[in-house]
Order: sequence, then structure tokens, then C-alpha cells
Amino acid sequence: MSDSALGSVVLSAASATDPPNRWLRQYGAWLVVALVLLVLPHLPGFGNDFGRSLLTQMAIAAVLALSYNMLLGQTGLLSFGHAVYFGLGGYAAIHLMRAINHGLPIPMPLVPVAGAAAGLVAGAVLGSATTRRAGTIFALISLGVGELVYAATFMLPGYFGGEEGITASRTRAPHPAGIDFGSQLEVYYLTAAWALLAAVLMYAFTRTPLGRMCQAVRDNPERVEYVGYNPQRVRFFAFAASALFAGLAGGLHAINYEIVAADAVGAQRSGTVLLMTYIGGSGHFAGPVLGAIVLTWLQASLSGYTSAWLLYVGLFFIVTILFAPAGLSGLIVMHAPVVRTKAFLRLLPAYAIAIVPAVVAAIGAIVLIEMSYRLSTQPELGTRLQLFGTTVDAATPWSWIAGAVLVAGGGVAFRSTWMRISSAWDRATDEARASGTTER
Amino acid sequence: MYSHARKLVAPAIAGMLFAAPAAAELKIAFIDPLSGGAASTGILAQKTHQFYIDAINAAGGVNGEKITLLSFDNKVNPQESLIQLKKAIDDGARYVVQGNGSSVAHAITEAVLKHNERNPGKEVVFLNYAAVDPALTNEKCNFWHFRFDADADMKMAAMTDVMAKDGKVKSVYLINQDYSFGKAVAAAAKGMLAEKRPDIRIVGDELHPLQKVQDFSPYVAKIKAAGTDTVITGNWSNDMVLLIKAGKDAGLKVAWETYYGGSPGTVTAIGEAGVDTLKQVSEWHKNATPELDATVAAFAKRYPGAENEYTYWRAKTMWEIFAGAARKAQSNDPVKVSRALEGMKMQTPLGEVEMRADNHQLLQPLYVSTLSRNVKYDVENSGLGWKTDAKVEARSTSLPTTCKMERPK
Amino acid sequence: MLELATVSILNGVVYGLLLFMLTSGLTLIFSMMGVLNFAHASLFMLGAYFSWQLGRWIGFWPALVIAPLLCGLVGAAIERYGLRHVHKRGHVAEILFTFGLAYVIEELVTMIWGRNAVANSVPKVIDFSLFQVFGSSFPAYKGLMMAISVAMFVFLYVALKRTRIGLVIQAALTHPHMVSALGHDVPGVFVLVFAVGSALAGLAGVIGGFMLLTQPTLAHAVGPIVFVVVVVGGLGSLAGALIASMLIGILQTFAVAIDYSLLDLFRTLGIVVARSSPLHDFYAVKLSTAAPIVPYLLLVLMLVVRPRGLMGRRDA
Repeated sequence: MSDSALGSVVLSAASATDPPNRWLRQYGAWLVVALVLLVLPHLPGFGNDFGRSLLTQMAIAAVLALSYNMLLGQTGLLSFGHAVYFGLGGYAAIHLMRAINHGLPIPMPLVPVAGAAAGLVAGAVLGSATTRRAGTIFALISLGVGELVYAATFMLPGYFGGEEGITASRTRAPHPAGIDFGSQLEVYYLTAAWALLAAVLMYAFTRTPLGRMCQAVRDNPERVEYVGYNPQRVRFFAFAASALFAGLAGGLHAINYEIVAADAVGAQRSGTVLLMTYIGGSGHFAGPVLGAIVLTWLQASLSGYTSAWLLYVGLFFIVTILFAPAGLSGLIVMHAPVVRTKAFLRLLPAYAIAIVPAVVAAIGAIVLIEMSYRLSTQPELGTRLQLFGTTVDAATPWSWIAGAVLVAGGGVAFRSTWMRISSAWDRATDEARASGTTER
Repeated sequence: MYSHARKLVAPAIAGMLFAAPAAAELKIAFIDPLSGGAASTGILAQKTHQFYIDAINAAGGVNGEKITLLSFDNKVNPQESLIQLKKAIDDGARYVVQGNGSSVAHAITEAVLKHNERNPGKEVVFLNYAAVDPALTNEKCNFWHFRFDADADMKMAAMTDVMAKDGKVKSVYLINQDYSFGKAVAAAAKGMLAEKRPDIRIVGDELHPLQKVQDFSPYVAKIKAAGTDTVITGNWSNDMVLLIKAGKDAGLKVAWETYYGGSPGTVTAIGEAGVDTLKQVSEWHKNATPELDATVAAFAKRYPGAENEYTYWRAKTMWEIFAGAARKAQSNDPVKVSRALEGMKMQTPLGEVEMRADNHQLLQPLYVSTLSRNVKYDVENSGLGWKTDAKVEARSTSLPTTCKMERPK
Repeated sequence: MLELATVSILNGVVYGLLLFMLTSGLTLIFSMMGVLNFAHASLFMLGAYFSWQLGRWIGFWPALVIAPLLCGLVGAAIERYGLRHVHKRGHVAEILFTFGLAYVIEELVTMIWGRNAVANSVPKVIDFSLFQVFGSSFPAYKGLMMAISVAMFVFLYVALKRTRIGLVIQAALTHPHMVSALGHDVPGVFVLVFAVGSALAGLAGVIGGFMLLTQPTLAHAVGPIVFVVVVVGGLGSLAGALIASMLIGILQTFAVAIDYSLLDLFRTLGIVVARSSPLHDFYAVKLSTAAPIVPYLLLVLMLVVRPRGLMGRRDA
């Protein structure tokens, strides 16, 4: 079961009898989210165009990742071609924007609806053929369809714009209430409003019978047939719904960037949304949002600091798969029942002791990686680079030896702290279970 | 990505805070492919730009400010470029430099126009050093875009003038990349050849996907089957190298009329088979002047190796005329510099150049050259180098324009 | 016309055999372990880089032997230290692991050799023309590639059908638990299969490296088509992989050579389509422009109509 809302854990469901409290508990989280979204662009750090632009990107990515999780987390469908629906939605939206630029009297805030509609149609058409199977075959079909659509966009330059893509203007439109969406702040609010609406709808979907059947299909398709549902139809509906929201994200993307080109349907974008959803955690509703925020931030900011950022993301992803398959949100939620126990206070020092060698090993690895990247991709900048406040010279063997020692030593020390953490963790969960505050 | 050599450990929020530009710093963004199929040209261009910027900074910068070049990788992708452009502008860049891919240039010029309309006082200027779709200085022209490379029509005019005089050319096969620039090359070739040598038969007009084809042998087979003696192509970077490679493997014997025969790796790929057959039209080549230019020699010393063979002479012209305009305007403000740049003339070792005020196209001398033996300076350590067939003076390269740009008050 | 057809068939066969070299290893891995190895094309790329680097130190022929062995070791390590922990969590987790691995390998390659293509040109010893066909020369290295490809097929066929380990592998294909119950070291066999599959990819990379350009995006460029071949050919079938490779190689090569479009077809049939008709653009697309989608069209059709593939013995 997977329905914790945004990190706050519903601990004892049985006691929710008092109507106002129940209403607050159910919807309170959403109100908090809305408030946060309202206030965010005015906080220090986000007060400039770059920050607001980043927030807008995060919102779009969050919608896309949530729509992807309707497939991955809810229905158990691994798709490598999800960007197709995002891109097709984006193309529909940008064409609508062009029509608006030429006089069609529709206000700009309604443009994402075109994206959603296009996504839905594409999802229904392509989904009818592709959702007959699940598992690896579905993954392969989605890969093939993704590549197919990507290649096909170049064959129809009239609609898809070829290499140049399609551009439009978000300001040349009717301006209700005097808002022309020229500034990034206005675009952010529009995007955030749509993103919140989309998230609410997607969350509501998980509570509908169809949503529950999706989870059932994920867990045991054979049993679903016995209960009287057709797993293939359930998958199809989930697919179409997820494509609708992906198209919505595409529409938001079209407004934000005022251009849609072939790589909107491309494999790279499909791969990125997969990474986001998985790293954030596909088992919880808010997991993909977390993944979208983290990955968008990494893409936007880390890439300015180091040319090795994609390597770090890739390693992070692999580590997540190997050691934390429930993702970041899974890690957080895992701690929820334990936080209230006294044993947690003993868990913290165990973590603290383990963190030290982990950080040491990480520093060593970063030193080695950064030096290698400097030598191979930017040799003209010389061999000296700034790391952690000191200058490191890649030309001297000592830097390499130091890095290797840090990695090896840190790694070994980290391994030896595992026992400590694992016993502290066991104690904590035992205590949690004993006091009745565990997860179901 | 270009490492800014900042400290690596930074709290998340602080990492998103970008300090206001330092008082004595002029930030210029370079948005071009630094990875992927066109990385070889993008990386070489970046080094060239950085080289001339370093020279300007060593001499004191422009109007007291040192130039900082911020590099962004766009993988020749218009959408990615706009994402990077947003980043660059938020980083404080007032000028954007781009060249590899007219598809990207179209997106950037439109985006810059929109940005400037919405943010008066924070204008950004687009310095286009290599995207040569003629539309950028004709129907799509705008005040904020300056082009420092001759457009596809101007280059084709120079190329076809030389071809017209060559009696050996009887048939031509066109093969280009399927996007705005490639189509412009094909259209220009057909139009100009029809005018100057109507007897030449166009036996093929091929458009292939941009930066995607790994193996050109099927295309070479078609060229062979068409039985032509000349191939005209605007291919650049990997597309050029792989096409030439496939042609050499199949023993294709044609004259290659190219725009980017100087693309890194092309001469190495064709080798001896290219002597007297590989031709290019460019604003410079290593043997254009009797003695090698001092900056070219310095560049070669700083960046040895065949993949760093100096190609972007237009970068030198661009930075020198830019610095000159900034000096003339006595300010680094983009609007003032643009006004000063319009109509400006400058002397260069190859002749006089002029930035047209009507469409912001730079007029500079063009050379049509052929790969030969026994030249003073060879390229890519191959023992072969370029020899001038014809030089067209800057003024004569000028073509009529349909540009009607709106100027700021 | 005959010239174009002959040369196209030759080019198609060459391309097809390159595809087979590239995918034979993956067929083995996918058939036996059900792992959709997204990192397979990355191992192909590693083979190209290893052979270039080794070629600079010790010459082409030793590199031809050692580079694939190195790739095999890398493959064994991936399986032993990475995938083994993921098998129990199902195919989705395996796919995701190899997917992430592909990213990591691409970045590691960039870290070591840079973003630019390395000057991996045809070694002088095989850089000559083997024979002439209608005036086009057929380079020797393509001939070498064809020979290696056929040798790969023969080796795999004999190994799978005639050796004991091959029988075990074939049995594990359809009845992995039974084979394990009979006492065979299935995990050990997995490592062996992964290593051999990776070594084959590396060998393909040695040749592919100088046929295509050796740069970090090489894996990304050839990745998708690898899956097409494996799926179209069918699970568990080596012959299927060969046929699928040849089919795709020839189809795609011929497609580039044909400049006809549906519009032309309609015209010969006497049907006229108005320019303003919404599908006009679509009908006007020439087959040569549509060439890139041919393999993917085939993939999707095959998966929808016959997921078993051309000659597969088991569904995925």
C-alpha cells in the first residue's frame, strides 16, 4: 500500500472520527503545499529569475514524474518512452499558442489543456496496442514506440518543425487581468497552479476504484482476473490517464520555454523521468516529486560546478537501485515509525559515526574523478584545480595516491560501521513495534 | 560543462544564489555543443574564443572590464539551447555567442528578441559566429543579432563563380543535412548553378538526418550510381568526416565542393585521395597569407595536436571588431555597443571588413581553396594543405537583403 | 540500377553482420538470464576504446585479442558484483541497474578519454581494397569484420549445441530452476554467460570502433537498434538474431537508396492527393527519409503481433 501524503505519516487511521479533524488531516497537507508554493518564489535564494525559473522547471518535472509513477509505482509498468506523451502534448500546446498569437481568443492559462488532451488521445491510441502485455515486453514496446515517434517527428516537418522545432510567444495573447506572462514570476505561478491541480487529481486517482485496481494489477494480475477485472483494460486506462498528465506537463513546458523540438519526445527525456521517479521512490505518492526536485536541482546547479555531474547522478542512481530500492522517500518513510522511539536517539550516533568514513571515501572519490575529468576534457585549463577549499594538482602522483587512500580507507571503515547501524536499527524497530507505532 | 573552479562544497540554497556580477567583469555566454556528435567543432571553437578573450583581457579588457566566458553545452539542440540561454542570462551574461547549428541560432535569435522586448534595460545581444542560414539576416533578422560568418548564399556565390569557370564540371550531386542550413545550401546551389552554368546537370538532391547517420555507405552508393563528377555538400563536423570516410572507403572519385572541408578530422579522413579534389569556401585558410598570422602560430603552440587545427579565423575578426565597437561606444552596454558595431569597418590582415548596418551581416574576404601538396603550411600533420583558387573581396560578397529590422529608440 | 542494387546488398550485408556481432552477446544474455542489458552497447564502446588504446601501445592484432578479454572481465565483474544482488528483485530492477550502468560507463569513458572522438582510424595493415564491385572498392577491414562475424556465429552455435555447458545453458533458458535443482552452478553459469556476451560485444567494438567514430556517444547511437535485433530475432535463437540482423541491415540500406514515397505510388496508380489534404505531408515522405524508423516499426509490429520474435522459443 502506498498512500502517505507528502512525508507526513498517517499513524493511527482508526482514530479519525472527529469530522473537522479528519478534514484537516486529509486536506491539511494540500493546503500547506499550496501555501508553500505561494510563498516559495519570494524566499531568499529564489527571489531572482534564475530561482523562479528553477522552481518552474521543478514543478513541470514533478508533474511529469508523478504521471510516470502512475505507470511505474501504481501499475507496475516500466516504460522507456514516456516522453512521447510529454512531447506530443507540448507540440499540441505550442501549436495552440501559435494560433493564439495569430488571434485565436483563448487566454494563455488554458493552453495546458490542449497538452493534456493531446496526451490523452496519444495515450489512448498508442496504449491500445502497447498495453496488451506487461513486464519486459511492455518495456521494449515503449522503447520502440519512443524511438519510432522520435524518428517520425523529422519526417513531418510541417507539424513538428524538423530540427528547428516550433516556437511561439506566450505574451502575444489576450491579457485578462493585465497579466501577460512575460515575467518568470507569472509563469511560475501559472505552472505551480496547474501542477498543484494535476497532483491533486493524480492523488485522487489513486483513491478511486480504478486506482486501487491498478495497484492490484501491479501486485497480482492473475488474481485480478479472478476478481472479475480485465488487467489489460486496467493497464490501458492507467496508461491513458498517465499520458494525459504527461501531456499536461508538456503544455506547461511549451509555455515556459516557448519552443518544442524533437528531443521533447526523445529517449533522453524518457530516461531522465525514469531516474527522477526511481530515485525519489516509486512506492510513495510524493516520492517522484522529491526525485524531480532533487534531479532538477542537480541538473541545473551541479552542472555549473563540475563537468562530472552526470557521473555523480548515475552513481547515485545505481547506489539507490542496489541499496535503497524504495528511493529517497522510502528511506524517509522507513524512519517514520522509528523517529518517535527512544531507540532513535541511539540510532543517530550510529549514523553519525558511519557518516564520517562515508564522507571521507566520497571526498577521495570526488578528488580522483574531478582530476580525471580535468585532464581529459579540459586539459588547457592546466592541472591545478580548486577542490574543497584547497588547490589540488593532478600532475603530481601524491594527489592520486591521496585520493585512492581516502577512498579505500573510508570505504573499509564505512563497511565496518554497518554492523553498528544495523543493530541500532534493529533495536529501534523492535522498540517501535513494541510501542505500537509501526507501519502497517 | 565548464568548471567554474568554484569550491565544490556549497549549501544547497547558497548554491542557487548567484552573486551579482563582480564590478569589473563582463560575462559572455558561449552556447554550443561540447559533447555528442558535434563536440569536435564546439570544443575547438570554445578554445578559439577563449584564446582571443584571453588576449583582450591581457591588454586590459574592454572599458576596464575583463571578459569572462561562461560555457554551456547544447548538443546542437534548440530546446536545450534555450534552457542554457535562460541559465546564462540568469548568470548575468549580456552577450551570447553561438555558431554550430542554424537550428539553434533560429531559436536563440527569437528568444533573445522576446527577452529584450520583455526586459528593457537588461538587453542581451547574440553574436553569431558560424550559423549561416541566410534567413537569419533576411526574413528572420533582428537588431540584436550580429553574424560574423558569410551566409550560405554568399559562400555559394563564391563557390559557383569558381565552378562556372571550370570546364571539367558536367554534373553535380547535392547532399546536405536535413535542416534549415542544409536546405538553404541545396536551394542556393540549384539557383546559382542554373544562372551561371545552365548546362550543368543536377543529378541528385539528398537530405539526410542531422548528426545521426553513422554509416554513409548507402549514400555514397547512391552518389556512385548517379554517376556524377562533383558533389556539393554543406555537411559539417561528424557528418562531414563520416561522409568523406565512406567516400574514400568506396573509392569514390569526385570533386568535393564543401563549406566545411576544414572540419576537424576531414583532411585526416580523406588523406591523399583529397589532393586536388577536396575544395572548400572559407574566410581564411592556413596559406591565405604568405606568412602565418602570429595569433594562429600562438594558438598552435598552446594547443598542439591534430584535433586542435586552427579553423575559426572569424572568431579573431569577431572579437577584434567587438572590442573596437565597445571602445567606440565607451561602454559595454549591449545597446550602445550594438549601435557602434553597426556600419563599423575594420582593417584585418586579409583586407577590410565591414559590419552591414542594414542586416548585421559582416562582409569579409572569402577564399575558395583546394587541398594540395607542396604548400607552406599543412593541416592536421598530414603533409597536405590548402591552396587558394580564388579570393573574393569583402565588398563583392555582399548580396541583397530583405531585412527590415526594428531599431530601439 | 543493378549497380546500386548490388552495392546496396553488399552494404546491407556488411551492416547486418556488424549488427549481428553487436547483438550476438546480448541474445545470449537476454535468452539465458532474461536480463535486458542496457549496458551492452556500452561494452561495445569499451571494446572500441580498449582496442584503440591497446593498439597504440602494442599494435592492432594483439589488441584484437586482448580488448575483448578485458570487456569480458568487465562483464563478469558487472554480473558478479552488481547484477547478482539485483536478480532476486525481478527483471525491472535488473533493467534499471543496467540502464544506470550505461550512463555511468559513458561518463567513465569521458573521464578517461575526453569528449572528443579519438583518432581511431583503420589500422594500416587492413587498410586496402579487397576487391572492386562496379567501380566501388570494398575495403579489407569490412571483409575482416564479415569473417569475424561469421566465426562468432559458428563459435556460438557449436558452443551452445555441442558442448555440455551449452546444453546446460540451453536448458537453463527454459527451465532455470530445474537446472539448478539438478546441481548445476547456475549463478556461476550466469557469470560465464555475461562474460562471454560482453566479450563478444567488445570484439564487435574493436571493428566497429574504426567503422564508426569512437566517442562517448557511440553507445547511445547504436543502443536502440540492438534491442530491435534481439527482439525481432526472437528469444533464445541465435539463428533468429542472425536473420533479424541481416533483415534490418538490408532493409535499412535499401530504404536509403529508394527515393519513392507513397505519393509516387499513388501517382502511378492514378490517385491524386490534394496538396491541402492533411496527410499530404505524410504521403510525400520519401522512403529514404523514412529509413531511420524502419527498424523501430519492425520492432513494434513484431512485439504486438508475435512477441516471440521470428524464431524465438519463449516469450520474454
